[in-house]
Amino acid sequence: MPTADRRRVPLFPVPMLVLFAALVTTPLWLTKVGLYQYLALEIMIWMLFALGFNLLLGYTGLPSFGHGAYFGIGAYAFGLLELKVWANLWFDLAGAALIAAALGALVALFISHRRGIYYALLTIAFGQVFWFIAVKWHSVTGGEDGLLNLRRLPADFGFIAFDLKSNAALFYFAFGVFAAAAVLLWRLVHSPLGRILTAIKQNETRAAFVGYDVWFYKWLAFTLSAGVSGIAGGLFALAQQSAYPNVMSLHSSGFVVMMVLIGGGLVSFWGPVLGALFFILARDLLGAYTETWLLWYGLLFMAMVLWKPDGIAGLWQDWGRRRRRSGKLPVQAAARAS
Amino acid sequence: MPLFEARRLHKRFGRQVVLEDISLAFPEGQLSGIIGPNGAGKTTCFNVLTGRYAPDRGEVIFAGETITGLAPRQIARRGISRSFQVMNLFNDYSALDNVLIALPEIRLHGLDGWSDLAANAEAHDKAAAVLGRVGLAGKEGTPAKSLSYGERRALEIGVALAAEPRLLFLDEPTAGLGSEGTARLSGLIAELKETLTIVVIEHDMKFLFALADRISVIHWGQVIAEGTPAELMQNPWVRRAGVGGAA
Repeated sequence: MPTADRRRVPLFPVPMLVLFAALVTTPLWLTKVGLYQYLALEIMIWMLFALGFNLLLGYTGLPSFGHGAYFGIGAYAFGLLELKVWANLWFDLAGAALIAAALGALVALFISHRRGIYYALLTIAFGQVFWFIAVKWHSVTGGEDGLLNLRRLPADFGFIAFDLKSNAALFYFAFGVFAAAAVLLWRLVHSPLGRILTAIKQNETRAAFVGYDVWFYKWLAFTLSAGVSGIAGGLFALAQQSAYPNVMSLHSSGFVVMMVLIGGGLVSFWGPVLGALFFILARDLLGAYTETWLLWYGLLFMAMVLWKPDGIAGLWQDWGRRRRRSGKLPVQAAARAS
Repeated sequence: MPLFEARRLHKRFGRQVVLEDISLAFPEGQLSGIIGPNGAGKTTCFNVLTGRYAPDRGEVIFAGETITGLAPRQIARRGISRSFQVMNLFNDYSALDNVLIALPEIRLHGLDGWSDLAANAEAHDKAAAVLGRVGLAGKEGTPAKSLSYGERRALEIGVALAAEPRLLFLDEPTAGLGSEGTARLSGLIAELKETLTIVVIEHDMKFLFALADRISVIHWGQVIAEGTPAELMQNPWVRRAGVGGAA
């Protein structure tokens, strides 16, 4: 049917291929532009966290301002599983995702009947509870020091095992996880489930009156988002070789919100990717010049929210619209990719 | 036996009694109307009947099953759909997507997080047919927020129809429409009446009296009169109350 065909979403849209190509080739060009491999690894982990978070904020319209907790829970879960259960990369990473998703599911039970400011406040409150537990439950979490001396476990595929001790090797492993998660999330937001989440974002009442269990879908979005955040947290623990309370602090929660909003997560799937890239680069580049980098970034964030709330992706879309109006770009190309 | 029946419904907000022992019956295949002055409790009645508010007392029965106190989604899944007086659309979605998301087959695959909804040609055909039925052919790609007022009213009905209801509640469908829009809507509802049981709350008496098989008059939270349009025109109580257009 023509209507459906025109709207079909590619499995690998152009921005995804460009992003994957840019990431996979970083070892070839990163040092030439004055950057380093670990930075690319950190950016990619935050990109994954931001994409997972945006499933909740951008696609379901639920403002979680305590989402750093699930990033941190993933990091701690990875560390604890490695240290106390089984030092196996696959088991520990899957455990990080599942434990973060399970705790997210538990929290979502209590908050999914709310929306707006009450929802946001509850997410902050629960985030602080997790942070407090991480700091105070010294015998398990290591208190303020956290879990130290985690090993970078090898990626064992049975017939072959890869050592991940170098940043470049860990980067490629993390890229595999990131790419798989990005493809799954891309599919999800264009699937019936994703479209229902966006419908709920627009009008909960109407969604309920056409038969949707709004509470359940809000619960599910939070759980999935927490699970993706948990994988990102597990990778972060692997990269940092430690898990510590600051990972799950309000700072982390605020950072991911800023990444998503500055990047343009409310108007584009790729907004969080741009936002994470912009945020970490700003931290490193501005931070090289001044310790007050966060002040300047904060001012930039305020300016963006005031004058261009659609973020970097919104600026890109505006540029695309101008090009289309002037006849230099096909009408549907940009729409299908966002 | 009527398709839908409300027995002795009672609803209060704080000290304010809004519905008092209201009993209504809507026979299958008919268009039933509800009229009454502003503040009579018509919309609250609709909200209680469709699950938005639970009644304090009384019973609501649909197709032989008690649905009193069920959530809107549970009532919708049983085959009752509604439109709203204040429009309730997915504003950022296109007209087609508004209808698409309301289709039962999409709802039944609501946990499918992999397949591309845009590639579901069958569902798109069906949604496009619903849009055509409510006079919105050619507007498939237009965002709901960019449609004209009358088109948004039609889309409200389209979304309600997409759920494939047995019973359709329409809450003041002509509100804000001009004479041309009202005439178009009248034609649409007359056509829908051929295949659906419909209940309409309406202020436009000419519109309702021309379409309805039976009408109930609500005043002060009570049903003060019921009958065919012709009977109601003769009803002294209705004439005295001045709500039947007959005073």
